[in-house]
Amino acid sequence: MKKLMKLLSVIFALSLVAAACSDDATTDAGSDTTAADGGGDAGYLGDGSLGEVTVEAGGAIQIRSLNAITGDVAFLGLPNQRGVEQAIADYGQIKGFDVDMGVGLDDLCSADGGQAAAQSIVADEQVIGVIGTSCSGAATAAAPLIGNAGMVMISGSNTSPALTSDQQGNAGPDYSVGYYRTAHNDLFQGAAMAEYVFNELGLTTAAAIHDGDPYTDGLATAFTNAFTELGGEVTGYSAVAKEDTDMVPVLTEIAAGSPEALFFPIFQPAGDFIADQVGSVSGLENTQLFAADGLLVDGFLELPQSEGISFSGPDTRFGENKNESTGVNANQFLETYEAANGEAPSAPFWGHSYDATAMLLDAIAAASYTDGDNLVIDRAGVREYLNGIKGYSGIIGTINCDDFGDCGSQKITIIEHLSSSDLDASKANVKFEYAP
Amino acid sequence: MTTAVKAKGSKKTGVDKFLTLLRFLLIGAIAIGLIAFVWQQIDPNNPFARWRNPDAQPLTAEQIKGLVVTGLSQGAMYGLIALGYSMVYGVLGFINFAHGEVFMLGAFTGFVTSNKLADAGLWEGGAFIPSVIMTAVLAALIATGAAVLMERVAYRPLRGSPRLIPLITSIGVSFFIQNAVILLFGPGAKGYPPNPEWLQKKRRFDLLGDAFAFEVEGTKLLVLVVASFSMAGLWYFVERTKTGKAMRAVAEDKEIASLMGINVNKTIVTTFAVGGAMAGIAGILWGLLFRSVIATTGFLPGIKAFTAAVVGGVGNLGGAMAGGVSLGTAEALAPLMLLEPLGVAGPTQLRDAVAFLLLILVLLVKPTGLFGERLSSEDRA
Repeated sequence: MKKLMKLLSVIFALSLVAAACSDDATTDAGSDTTAADGGGDAGYLGDGSLGEVTVEAGGAIQIRSLNAITGDVAFLGLPNQRGVEQAIADYGQIKGFDVDMGVGLDDLCSADGGQAAAQSIVADEQVIGVIGTSCSGAATAAAPLIGNAGMVMISGSNTSPALTSDQQGNAGPDYSVGYYRTAHNDLFQGAAMAEYVFNELGLTTAAAIHDGDPYTDGLATAFTNAFTELGGEVTGYSAVAKEDTDMVPVLTEIAAGSPEALFFPIFQPAGDFIADQVGSVSGLENTQLFAADGLLVDGFLELPQSEGISFSGPDTRFGENKNESTGVNANQFLETYEAANGEAPSAPFWGHSYDATAMLLDAIAAASYTDGDNLVIDRAGVREYLNGIKGYSGIIGTINCDDFGDCGSQKITIIEHLSSSDLDASKANVKFEYAP
Repeated sequence: MTTAVKAKGSKKTGVDKFLTLLRFLLIGAIAIGLIAFVWQQIDPNNPFARWRNPDAQPLTAEQIKGLVVTGLSQGAMYGLIALGYSMVYGVLGFINFAHGEVFMLGAFTGFVTSNKLADAGLWEGGAFIPSVIMTAVLAALIATGAAVLMERVAYRPLRGSPRLIPLITSIGVSFFIQNAVILLFGPGAKGYPPNPEWLQKKRRFDLLGDAFAFEVEGTKLLVLVVASFSMAGLWYFVERTKTGKAMRAVAEDKEIASLMGINVNKTIVTTFAVGGAMAGIAGILWGLLFRSVIATTGFLPGIKAFTAAVVGGVGNLGGAMAGGVSLGTAEALAPLMLLEPLGVAGPTQLRDAVAFLLLILVLLVKPTGLFGERLSSEDRA
């Protein structure tokens, strides 16, 4: 019954959005005439094809942050949102206009949450772009809505290959125009893990478990594909439900193939149960465990049963890399962050969100012109700028945007977790580096 | 019941035919799945297995035993929770959907207590057993208190109103408790301290010779033992004590029971209290086994326990326990022993579907549950 109600309400909401979108399209087309002759001549990007936004004197340029800031995955979204806030503060004004993020929005790390938040964003026609989502699952629902409204969306932590491309020139099933990301594509993370397991450790059989989320499914598939390509044998590929607690059945299913390696790129709490129960299943006594950035969080690393697991994740050794728009490097960022929040970031994508925000603000600066006391921003120009980003230096390294919105530096490291009482030592224990 | 009687006299309708077909389909699928499983165990390269699932591997005896044990211990917890659903339904005739939350409160009490005890160094070695007993008693007390309070505040004022009203109220109570816990403890998962080595260690039982030797983790063994004792105690209480007799009398007919001098209100409170205590104990066992609890922990086990109560026969205590154990075992075994040999991808993800299909199957084949329902005269009408 509950499911049915949910379904009905989703259908209802979708029909509302469809109605709203068609309205938007007509008004945009109407306002085009004023902008049509802007073009590159006047010193700004854009051809007006997606409409213009006029910020009146005294007003602020509107962008939004859409991240998972409540619930189980808040550890991932909160540092992202704070990264956006800090970038706006460091960037300062654009042509004399303030930038306003509004209230941080929540993607709830789910398709439902992403969709609901995206609807509220597109209802405000002043919004130029969105930094988010935190979770790929939320992006699959949010990106098309935001893209269709002429806005752009840059994510600092979506990694599902489905959102961009297969890196062979084919758009992923969930790709939509106007979507960009500074996070890596999981095809690289999967390949990095496969190379480490097969070439570095010499393990030839492996299995993978995901939880049905586009991120976990995409990464598990990327790993098994890369592993098979290297010559390894995949003995099992299965899934758990996010709310499962008893993992013995799924582990038994995996144990039937006696893999030497088990890759489970999922989240807490399901990951806790797998790490805890793997020892009790006959046939997995000698299986080595591998996880990904979803579990590379303090809450998981503090569990004694997580010792000995190897994790793949973005290379966070940023060193002296400086964001070219704000001149801030990782250490300066972290100092401000810790002073403001009283803690270190709980997930590694703060730098990605910071760079994403600075890129968006650069794009707005490049695609805008002053008209009297007002600032006029060309939506198409914002996209034009982002599409053309090459060799941008950010905190995370050099950023190049490809044709499908993949802009990340694609550097992956694999660490081996040594001790649940000394997390810093484990995080610094890099066993393998990967850069395409 | 009445529809079945009618159907006998009249011609079979389309619905009857459909239900018969559904029965055959479900039972047929189970039979084919089982045959495919056995064949796969004997010869993993048989043509059917190659056709359905080229990667299929047979399970070892150890693995099957592991599944049985995990299913039994999960089922024992479902059973303990199901007792509360079943007793309240037997006495008041409504489903107390907030019962899963009583279970969750038990697990949360255990989280707080066990961590305090662990900080004091009392969650290991010889101090572990008295600590666990203390935690369990405390959890049972809190859960009992919550159940009794719930009855007093939310359900007693509605006594005598149509049955749908307390049912909806119970859903409201369930949300209230969930959100109160989120407010108190936050939305994240809370961990129990690690169990001592000697408890986690596997124990071997070869009473029936090597072929039937079982290796059981101490924690699961503890769950099974505590659940059996709790059930035995409850059975004694309901069937052999005066209060139990009063409960059965109220379940049978409230008005006549009160004419016989039974304090109906007090008996109903006792029912809630006993059901709550069972759920509290189940909560602790859950915490010891999975070592993690979250505000929504009660939801799914609650629904499963209600399913177990219906599978076993509502109002029937033995049935609730048996229903729980069969549900837990079916959930653990069916994905790998029925679905995987049939070539279903990611079969363990479908365990919830298995649980509810089992419910449908039982209702189709034996609508009163495996052990027959025991309802009051007005419910039967």
